[in-house]
Amino acid sequence: MNKLTLWFHKLGSPEYFYRFAGRWAPWAGWSFALLTVIGLYLGMFKAPPDYQQGESYRIIFIHVPSAWMSMFIYVAMSAAGFVGLVWRIKVAEIMAMASAPIGAAFTLVTLVTGAFWGKPMWGAYWVWDARLTSELILLFIYLGIIGLYQAIEDRRTAARAASLLALVGLVNIPIIHFSVEWWTTLHQGSTVNLMGESSMHPSMLWPLLIMAVATKLYYVMNVLQRARNMILELESNKSWAKTVLQPAEASR
Amino acid sequence: MNWSEFWNMGGYGFYVWFSYGTFFLVLGLGLIMPMLKRRSLETELREQWAVTKRRKRES
Repeated sequence: MNKLTLWFHKLGSPEYFYRFAGRWAPWAGWSFALLTVIGLYLGMFKAPPDYQQGESYRIIFIHVPSAWMSMFIYVAMSAAGFVGLVWRIKVAEIMAMASAPIGAAFTLVTLVTGAFWGKPMWGAYWVWDARLTSELILLFIYLGIIGLYQAIEDRRTAARAASLLALVGLVNIPIIHFSVEWWTTLHQGSTVNLMGESSMHPSMLWPLLIMAVATKLYYVMNVLQRARNMILELESNKSWAKTVLQPAEASR
Repeated sequence: MNWSEFWNMGGYGFYVWFSYGTFFLVLGLGLIMPMLKRRSLETELREQWAVTKRRKRES
């Protein structure tokens, strides 16, 4: 086996994963803080006002990265859930379930910041257009996954059931992404493209991209932090868990 | 640009700052909640282990 595959196998061990997460979560957290300061400084002080939307467009620097995260986390959660379902890997199940509340949080931020951008620009906090509606459905799917996970007593059965629900809900992700092309929406189309040119000036694009990386680091930090708690709870009867929490007493 | 102009955001201050407030409030809560959970979990597990240990000694 090559080194990367070997490392992946090691990560499947709850004890190894617990230590790994404890080591890397703070790094991700501090990088998030640093990038947020840089990104928002550039966005708030360096980027010029928009020629149509004035200063109100500055909501973009949190709204768009949050919207990207709401979908990114959903895909990551589904992937982890799929691995958990197929190979019955405990750590994968936990990563999927630890992702759900973070995804729900970013979806909520997307909806609220979008509403507070829509009010001055469109004249309404909310309109039932395809982009907004499909994003609202995403929030309900996240809440459904969290609810299902909480409702079943056995933690592993619960994780598998909720992962299955996540995979079914995956169909909503392309709908959100293409909603602005498939339907006529009040919500504007995309201005940032991975492939091809982005129709946005670098002075506005850079803070946006920095915030996109920052929010990903927040996710990494938060998911590791949550997964650590869940692993500790699930493995509380194992001797390694006791060693981790009370190093002095474990030997007695 | 002076500070009052900055906070005013060209008349959009309320919308901009409410949005930023939501962003940091939600992310902040998302950070603090697992920290609190961690603390209560530590106490809970230590107590649980102490009880099992006491039971073992008594039997």
